[in-house]
Amino acid sequence: MSKPLTVWDLPKDEFLAPGHRMCQGCAAAITIRHILKAAGKDVIVVMPTCCGEITSTVYPQTAWRVPWIHVAFENAAAVASGVSAAIEALKRKGEIPEEKDIKVIAIGGDGGTFDIGFQALSGTLERGDNVLYVCYDNEAYMNTGIQRSGATPLGAWTTTTPVGKVWRGEWRPKKRKDLIAIAIAHNVPYAATANPAFPVDLYTKVKKALSIKGPKLIHVLSTCVPGWRIEPEKAVEIAKLAVLTGMWINYEYENGVYRVTTPVPKRKPVSVYLRLQGRFRHLTDEDIKKIQELVDADVERINKLVGKQVIGPVES
Amino acid sequence: MGKVLPLGGNYAVAYAVKACKPDVITAYPISPQTTIVERLSEFVANGELDAEFLHVESEHSALSVAIGAAAAGARTYSATCSQGLALMNELLYIMSHVRLPMVLTIVARALSAPINIWNDHSDFMSVIDSGWIMMMSASNQEAYDEIMLAYRIAEDPRVLLPVITSMDGYIQSHVVEPVEVVDDEDVISFAPKRKSWVTLDPDKPVTMGAVGDPNWYFEFQRQLWEAMKESRAVFDEAVAEFSKKFGRDYSAIETYKLDDAEVAIVGMGSFMGTIKAYVDRARKNGVKVGTLRVKLYRPFPSEDIVRALSNVKLVGVMDRALVPGSPTGGFLHSDVACAVRQAGLDVKTLGYIAGLGGKLLTMDNVKQMVDILLKYKDVKEVPKEPFFIGVRE
Amino acid sequence: MSLPGWKQIPLGAVILKPGNSVEYKTGEWRTLRPEINQEKCIRCRTCWMFCPEGAILEVEEPYKTQAGKEYRLTYKVNYDHCKGCGICANECPVKAITMIEEAI
Repeated sequence: MSKPLTVWDLPKDEFLAPGHRMCQGCAAAITIRHILKAAGKDVIVVMPTCCGEITSTVYPQTAWRVPWIHVAFENAAAVASGVSAAIEALKRKGEIPEEKDIKVIAIGGDGGTFDIGFQALSGTLERGDNVLYVCYDNEAYMNTGIQRSGATPLGAWTTTTPVGKVWRGEWRPKKRKDLIAIAIAHNVPYAATANPAFPVDLYTKVKKALSIKGPKLIHVLSTCVPGWRIEPEKAVEIAKLAVLTGMWINYEYENGVYRVTTPVPKRKPVSVYLRLQGRFRHLTDEDIKKIQELVDADVERINKLVGKQVIGPVES
Repeated sequence: MGKVLPLGGNYAVAYAVKACKPDVITAYPISPQTTIVERLSEFVANGELDAEFLHVESEHSALSVAIGAAAAGARTYSATCSQGLALMNELLYIMSHVRLPMVLTIVARALSAPINIWNDHSDFMSVIDSGWIMMMSASNQEAYDEIMLAYRIAEDPRVLLPVITSMDGYIQSHVVEPVEVVDDEDVISFAPKRKSWVTLDPDKPVTMGAVGDPNWYFEFQRQLWEAMKESRAVFDEAVAEFSKKFGRDYSAIETYKLDDAEVAIVGMGSFMGTIKAYVDRARKNGVKVGTLRVKLYRPFPSEDIVRALSNVKLVGVMDRALVPGSPTGGFLHSDVACAVRQAGLDVKTLGYIAGLGGKLLTMDNVKQMVDILLKYKDVKEVPKEPFFIGVRE
Repeated sequence: MSLPGWKQIPLGAVILKPGNSVEYKTGEWRTLRPEINQEKCIRCRTCWMFCPEGAILEVEEPYKTQAGKEYRLTYKVNYDHCKGCGICANECPVKAITMIEEAI
C-alpha cells in the first residue's frame, strides 16, 4: 500500500471559485473543493437540483472552473451516464483524443440520491457506467427549507417532522437505508464514506475512485448550519464528532474488501454529537439511549465486515 | 442510390437513424415504439452502427442521458410515446431551453387512463409547448425521411433546438409499406453531424443549466421564440435541398384539391390518406371538398394554412386528441382557428374529435365529417362544440 | 446598471466564463472577521483546508517570527469572499486566528 497522504499533498488548485452563495460554514462547499482538487482539470461535473447547485450557478455567474451541467432533480446519475457515454463514443470516433482522460462526477444531495434520484442512480450503477457519484448528505431537504428526507436520522427535527405533542422529530425507529450497501449490492468496484472533517481521507478516496473504471459511489456526511441548527464555526467540529462517536464511520469497500479509514479505538457517547445541534435539542435521555443503541449495532456491523474491532467501545 | 424495401414505420425509422450515425442511443421499451430501438440495438450488436446504446431504467433517464450526451457533443437519438413521453415531460422543456439538438421519435399513442396502447395523437399534442420542433408524417417513407430532415434542422446553428418526428402507432409503425432506403453516404452527406457551438469540454469549461432569476429567465424564453421562428426558414431550405437530392417533395402542409374547394378537412397523420381518397369519391358526385394535412406542427405554419384556405367557406378540423375544457376541444382546431382569425380571413371553422384510443376510422366517418361541413357551409353560426366522430351515444 | 438584452447574451443561459462568481463579493455577508496572528501561526494548513470558500490564501511569502522561527509560507484571508463563518478560528490548533466584530 502506498504511503498515506497528508494535508501537504492537497493541490493548491481551486476549481470551485469563491463567490458561491453556499451558507456560512457550509460543509458541502468544503467537500466540493476537495473533490475537485482530487479530480483535477479534466473532469465534467453533473449536479442534480440541490443546495450546491443553486448557490454555485446564479446566472450570469458560476463558481465552477470545470465544465458543469445541471438538468433536473432526479436524474444526475443518468445525465452523468450520458456524458460518459458521449465521451466513450466520441473517443472511438476520434472526436476526443483517445489519451485524454476525462472523468465524470455527479455530486448530489441526499434528497437527490436517497429519494427522488434513487432510480436513476440504480440504473447508472447497474449498467456499470464510468461515473463517480458523490452524495453529500445533510440529512434533509435543506434547499427547500429543511424538510425530512429518506436520509433524516431518528429524532431529528425538520420542518416536516416537527416536535409537537404527538411527534418528536423524525420517527423512523431504525437506522436509515444504507447507501453503501445498496451500491455494493449493484456490484460496484468501489464505494466509500467520507467526512468533511477529514479532507485528506476524502481526497484520497476520490483519487482512488477515479482511478477505477466503472461506477463508484462516495457518501459524504455534510453538516448543515441552518438545517442542523448549529453555529457556523462548529460545522467541522461536529462532523468530526460524528466520526468520534461512531454516528458516522469513514470506511471504504474495494473489490470485496472493507477497510475503516478512520479507526476510533475509544468512542465518545453519541450525546456529545447530538447535544451540539438544535435539531436534537428536544431529545430525552431515553431518546438518546435509543440512538446510542442504533449506533452500537452499526459499529458492530462494520467491525464484523472489516473482520476486527477498529471502532472501539464507548469510553466511560 | 438506395433500394426499396418493404418496411413497417418503425423499421424504416431505425434504418434512417442508423444512416445518420448517432453517437449515443438511449431508450426504454414502450409499445408501439419498441421495435425502433430493437432494430437499432441489432444494428449496434452487429457492428453496423457504431454508437453507445444505453439501456436505461425509464424514459425519464432516457432523455436525461440524451441531454448529458448532447451536452458533451454527441449526436443523440431516442424514441418513445404515450406514458413514456409523459414521464420525459420535464426534460423536454429543459433540453430545448438549454438549446441542445437531438432527434426524438414519437410513435403516437393514446394517454392513459384507461391504459390503451393504440393510436391517437394525445401524446404528441401534450408536448406542443415544450419548445421542440415537431413534425408528423403520414407514410412510412415520410417517417424515414423525417429523421434526416430532423437532424439537419436541429443542428443548424440558426436553430439549435431538438426535433420530434412522429408517426401513427401501429397504423404506420407496424404496417409494411414500400420505403426507399437511401444509401448511408447520401443520408450523412445530407445531414452531416455539426458540432455544437458549446459543449462540456475541460479545455473550455462552461456552465450549463444555471439558475435564471427574474432578471434573466424571460430573456432566454425570448431567445427561444426567435429560434423557433428562425427554424421555419431552415425547414424550408432543408426540404428544398431534400427534393433536389432525393426527389421527394415535402412542405409544412400538404394540400389536396383545395383550389376550388368550398369546404375542407384539416388534420394530421396517416388518416389523411383515407380523407384524400374520400375527397376523390365526393368530387365525382360534385362535392367541392379538399383537404389539408399539417406536417410541421411547431413552428405552426399559420401563413401556409391561411393561404391554402383563403377561398374555403367552412373548414372542419379533425383533432385526434381531446383537450377537455378548451374552447374547441382540440389543439389543432384552436391553432387553425387562431391562424385564420389573425389573418382576418372570413373562413368559419368547426371541430371533430375522432379516432381516440385507436377507435377505427373509416370512409363512413369521413362522409359524416364532410356531410357536417355541407350542412353548415352556408349557415352563419356554426357549432362551437366539437363533433365526436365514431363515439357510441 | 442596465442588463444586456436577449440578443446580447449567449444562448440557453450557458455561462462561458469559468469561475466568474469571484465578481460577487460574499465578504459583505460577514459580521465577524478572522485575523491571523502571524506570530502564533504554525503554518499547518488547517485553516486553508477547511475554508468553505477557499478564502484562506496560501502565499509564498517568507515570515520570520520575533522568536526567530522562519517560515516560507504566509496564510492570508481573502476578505472579498470570506463570509466570516469562523471555522478557521475554531479549527486552528494553536488558536492563532481571532474572530473580530466588523465595524458597522
